[in-house]
Amino acid sequence: MATAGGTPAAAGDNLKRLTDLYRMMVRIRTFEETALEAYKAGEIPGPLHVSFGQEAIPSGVCASLRTDDRLTSNHRGHGHALAKGADAATMYLELYGREGGYCRGKGGSMHIADFSVGMLGANGVVAGGLPIAVGAAQGLKLLKSDAIVVCMFGDGATNRGPYLEALNWAAIYTLPVLFVCEDNGVAAHTETRTVTAGEGPAARANAIGVPAVTIDGNDALAVEETAARLVAEIRAGRGPRMIHAKTYRWCGHTATDAAAWRDPKQVEAAKTRCPIARLKAVLIERGVAAASLDDISSAARDEMQTGRAGAHAAPWPGMASAFEDVQDAGAVHG
Amino acid sequence: MVETTLVEAGRLAVLQEMRRDPRVWVLGEDVGRGGLWGQYRGMLEEFGPERIVSTPIAESTIMGAGLGAALVGTRPIIEMRMFDFVMCAMDELVNQIAKVRYMFGGQAKPAVVVRMPHGMWRNSAAQHSQMLEAWFAHLPGVVVVAPSNAEDEAGLLVSAIRSDDPVLFFDPKDLWLAPGAIADGEIAPIPFGKARHARQGDALTIVTWSAIVPNVLAAADQLTSEGIKVDVLDLRTIWPWDQDAVAASLARTKRLLVVHEAVEVGGFGAEVIASMIDRLGPSAIKVAKRLGAPRIPVPFAPPLENEVRISPAKIVAAAKAAMA
Ligand SMILES: Cc1ncc(C[n+]2csc(CCOP(=O)(O)OP(=O)(O)O)c2C)c(N)n1
Ligand SMILES: [Mg+2]
Repeated sequence: MATAGGTPAAAGDNLKRLTDLYRMMVRIRTFEETALEAYKAGEIPGPLHVSFGQEAIPSGVCASLRTDDRLTSNHRGHGHALAKGADAATMYLELYGREGGYCRGKGGSMHIADFSVGMLGANGVVAGGLPIAVGAAQGLKLLKSDAIVVCMFGDGATNRGPYLEALNWAAIYTLPVLFVCEDNGVAAHTETRTVTAGEGPAARANAIGVPAVTIDGNDALAVEETAARLVAEIRAGRGPRMIHAKTYRWCGHTATDAAAWRDPKQVEAAKTRCPIARLKAVLIERGVAAASLDDISSAARDEMQTGRAGAHAAPWPGMASAFEDVQDAGAVHG
Repeated sequence: MVETTLVEAGRLAVLQEMRRDPRVWVLGEDVGRGGLWGQYRGMLEEFGPERIVSTPIAESTIMGAGLGAALVGTRPIIEMRMFDFVMCAMDELVNQIAKVRYMFGGQAKPAVVVRMPHGMWRNSAAQHSQMLEAWFAHLPGVVVVAPSNAEDEAGLLVSAIRSDDPVLFFDPKDLWLAPGAIADGEIAPIPFGKARHARQGDALTIVTWSAIVPNVLAAADQLTSEGIKVDVLDLRTIWPWDQDAVAASLARTKRLLVVHEAVEVGGFGAEVIASMIDRLGPSAIKVAKRLGAPRIPVPFAPPLENEVRISPAKIVAAAKAAMA
């Protein structure tokens, strides 16, 4: 396992790349903080799943992607969307259910998609994105594209059937898919290890024939370096790969869940492994001025506050839109 | 016209569309071997294993992969082998395919055809005989097609493949080998939501679709021989469905009988009747009846299965009851 201090030179030498990585993580953190504030203020309806503590994974993985690469996501997908290039203000509009949101207010937090940057959608069904991801890869292959597909899912998804089906599928057709298991150790209110037999996600993937590596998902450099290597292998036509990234969910399952069953000490311990603080220490050690990192934070705060305010002030969707984009033939009335 | 069977008509339609559009491809179990009934015979040889994809027995991913492939711009035909197995792919069909366009605000184009051969066929028992098309008419976001003859199978498949909507295509497996005919040359698309006026008469309107249509026509012919001329409308697609044609017929006959092989309770026949009462008013309709299967699973033993089947005799009896 690579650690933040002694990371391979390939990623480490490029300070701009590291700073960009840092910026993305800070943007995700700030997006989630702002969304949670807005939620608590009663501004955002519906369920909201935030990803404090997990920012290194989407940021590190997406650093190696092109815009025409595709990504499928899950219910905890704000970070995935931002890292793939979605616009924060348009995401806030969607969280608020307003006109101009990514889904014109018809999806909300669990269904953010931005096809223009290859973000094929969050998903309200655990493991729902896995079959879609392998099919997208198969379609791209049929179209002779060299784009690849990243499939983000949680540890909870690895006990559902589509995990077996989709990994097997990607392996037998040698598809360009990077599976990324964000293993925060918990699925809703259950510790995943208490309901999971065997050695876990990576062992299962390897057994199916999808080479998998387990890494410290709170080590942004390790994530970035591993993803860069695997993306290159996948793009070279060598078939699917998997990253099993271990992390920790600081917050409850949803914005209203206190996760009171958990020992608070566990959460405190996890916070000492904060992926953002760790990368910040590396950057400072390599000579980046602390002030420039503060600038990144304040720019992120401005961006998110502006996005939030814009969404709060935006109009609801026009009522006619409830009846649009159902289907062409026989829409609404047969 | 060219003499053919329903299964071959469907094959020719897929062949035509795959030659016409390189984005069209097929995925499903054993399709490289031609499919269970030869629907895809010879296609592996012509199109290769990237467009005729024999898959593992993994229905969730057959369905979900079809969707994913559509989201990047291809046009998959998803073969479910038998309708009953779609139960293993319901998340991918109901929560994903039927929702993505709406839920993502119009960004997604789930242009898939899901072929699901359905209905009773050679005493296949409860897990290989179901007709649950009504479930899917209830599901916003999809088109539901249920043809009953070779010409409609071909023309509706062409429309389905060219449609940007997800199309659930219920092949009537009991009629695979029924003889029929299709036009020479190019197979023209048949629009969704246009019923076929299969028999003309003023005594009674019979609305029907899919595998039971030949029995309805046999019953209609017998009724004609007894001097009762009935109007028969084969809906061909149950969502959208041809409400105008049914209403126009009812305006003449004032009597409605809906016949389907599916269980009568909660079947699409109830929807047809309720819609017509809404549209024409209760006083415009003298009789409105349904004839469908009893609410039991399809049994195995041939005499028991026959008990469930909607025979021409049952249809004749129901029609006479509606005339009384
Ligand atoms: C098929 C399905 N079952 C249950 C749920 C309810 N649910 C939503 S998220 C979740 C936990 C998922 O855990 P994991 O995949 O590890 O993701 P995490 O929330 O930890 O990021 C559950 C049970 C669901 N959305 N879909
Ligand atoms: Mg989890």
